[in-house]
Amino acid sequence: MICAVASGKGGTGKTTVTAGLAAVWDRPFTAVDLDVEEPNLHLFLHPDIESEVPAMMEVPVLDAERCTSCGQCAAFCRYKALAFMGGHLLVFSDMCHGCGGCLALCPEGALSPGERELGQVLAGSFEASAAVGRARFLMGRLRVGEAMSPPLMRQVKTKLPRRPTKADPDVLIDSPPGVSCPAVNAVMDADCVVLVTEPTPFGLHDLKLAVEAFRPLGMPLGVVVNRAGVGGTDIQGYCAGVGVPVWAEIPFSRAIAGAYARGEVPARVAPEAESAALTLMKAVRAAVAGSREADHA
Amino acid sequence: MREIVVISGKGGTGKTSVTAGFAHLAARRAMICDLDVDAPDLHLLLSPDRAETHEFRSGVAAVIDPGLCANCGLCAGMCRFDAIAAGPRAHKVDALRCEGCGVCERFCPVGAVRLEEKLCGEWHVSATRMGPMVHAQLFPGEENSGRLVALLKKEARERAGKAGLPLMLCDGSPGIGCPVISSLSGADRVVIVTEPTPSGAHDLLRVADLCRHFRIPAAVLVNKFDLNPDGCAALEARCRELGLDSLGRLPHDEAVARAMADGLSVAELPETPVSRALREAWERLSALPDAARRSDPFHHKPSA
Repeated sequence: MICAVASGKGGTGKTTVTAGLAAVWDRPFTAVDLDVEEPNLHLFLHPDIESEVPAMMEVPVLDAERCTSCGQCAAFCRYKALAFMGGHLLVFSDMCHGCGGCLALCPEGALSPGERELGQVLAGSFEASAAVGRARFLMGRLRVGEAMSPPLMRQVKTKLPRRPTKADPDVLIDSPPGVSCPAVNAVMDADCVVLVTEPTPFGLHDLKLAVEAFRPLGMPLGVVVNRAGVGGTDIQGYCAGVGVPVWAEIPFSRAIAGAYARGEVPARVAPEAESAALTLMKAVRAAVAGSREADHA
Repeated sequence: MREIVVISGKGGTGKTSVTAGFAHLAARRAMICDLDVDAPDLHLLLSPDRAETHEFRSGVAAVIDPGLCANCGLCAGMCRFDAIAAGPRAHKVDALRCEGCGVCERFCPVGAVRLEEKLCGEWHVSATRMGPMVHAQLFPGEENSGRLVALLKKEARERAGKAGLPLMLCDGSPGIGCPVISSLSGADRVVIVTEPTPSGAHDLLRVADLCRHFRIPAAVLVNKFDLNPDGCAALEARCRELGLDSLGRLPHDEAVARAMADGLSVAELPETPVSRALREAWERLSALPDAARRSDPFHHKPSA
């Protein structure tokens, strides 16, 4: 089962919830940080990193001797990665999305495949629960200055089994904030999505955007209300109105905020956070089992 | 005109609350921009009137005509984004994965693929009680956020120029990717709002690195410093080592949540510890020289 933890608004507690699930999960699993722009899960899980591999994307390299300035490549490229200036072709590889169209088009073989570094893919393992022992850990880290996170996220995802089976581990994904292409990329292969929010006007507004973005994907969705008790915005009422279940609530407490600030996983040190993580785990499993039954029916 | 962009790396550190506070303190001399087009929240505090609404069209999506498709599979083999799947009679494009590159359309031997322009969102020009505002909403699940950010900045600059405003105040988005890089284009000064947590500190360093990469001077404001005073001191020491300017600290204050619930900036409420600290931060920011280090992040050097 792949469970993605997402949110519209940033800073609502995605990483806290993912790390909480990782602390109580009682079957083998892999924890994955797909928030490649600002990955934080490792700060709480403390994995031993066993490999760190640069992630490269194919971009065109020009052999100016062969280029006849026919212009087909620049006319084709939708990302303005190829342009003519003073009759000469220039390659702006930072703008390239790696579609390979120019390489296939050039009649002179003047463009050949080169590479741009997107960032790194890190893999390792960490001490999870007594029941699980060590669990696998994966993360992507975007190169500072690189604009495109989805290609790196795709490379991280290739390290996961395409369709986890009973023998294969579950996957817990920490997703990037927002509801645009990086967030959609993180959740689109998941069997269920946990939306973390907080009871403030910003939290509710961005939760609505997230429900709008992710519900059409078809997998079960549920909400975790973090810092319940502050702000006073009625998240429950909204969820009931649109038929999205609230799977768990994590009460606001200085103890939990303090634990997080010190880099501790609240579910490991605060009983109310641990019980919320257990409740969430059960709700996630029931929702995925329910949707599989519905698929078979 | 001075362009100030508020970013954070990590989400939820208080960018929007700080931007709204600064907008109030700018006393109607600023063009206000919400550049977080993905999950914008500034309008919840500023109640813009959306006097103008425009469509944002950008990019294309491929569509295969099942009646024309010969089911040869050439497109699926060439697609680098895994966006085309085989079907019993025809191939089909997965709109979520399609990046609109046009390879399938260009190479389809029977012309079964067409590219459709996408409506990705809308943008607005508004009046608010704190001055004019430009803002947008990318439709959920859409892409091209960087282009929408660039469009907003261009519109805001032109309108601020016409109105003779000396300032542009921009609320940015979390992360360090496409929309953030786009928001830094042409900026004179970045304000990084952070918090003294491991995530806040980690993400601050990456976003500070991004500012250095594009040679834009950055100043740091530590929010909710009292959640971890030791962590805050360590964070500030690290910022000094990196040569980042400091705007001070904001305390964790229930007044921020109260203001948000009332649709106000905390700077508009009667004096509280956080509004006082915010005003001091604004005075420091106003007095900081920006140094002539302007650069345009999207002004790339060609690699060949």
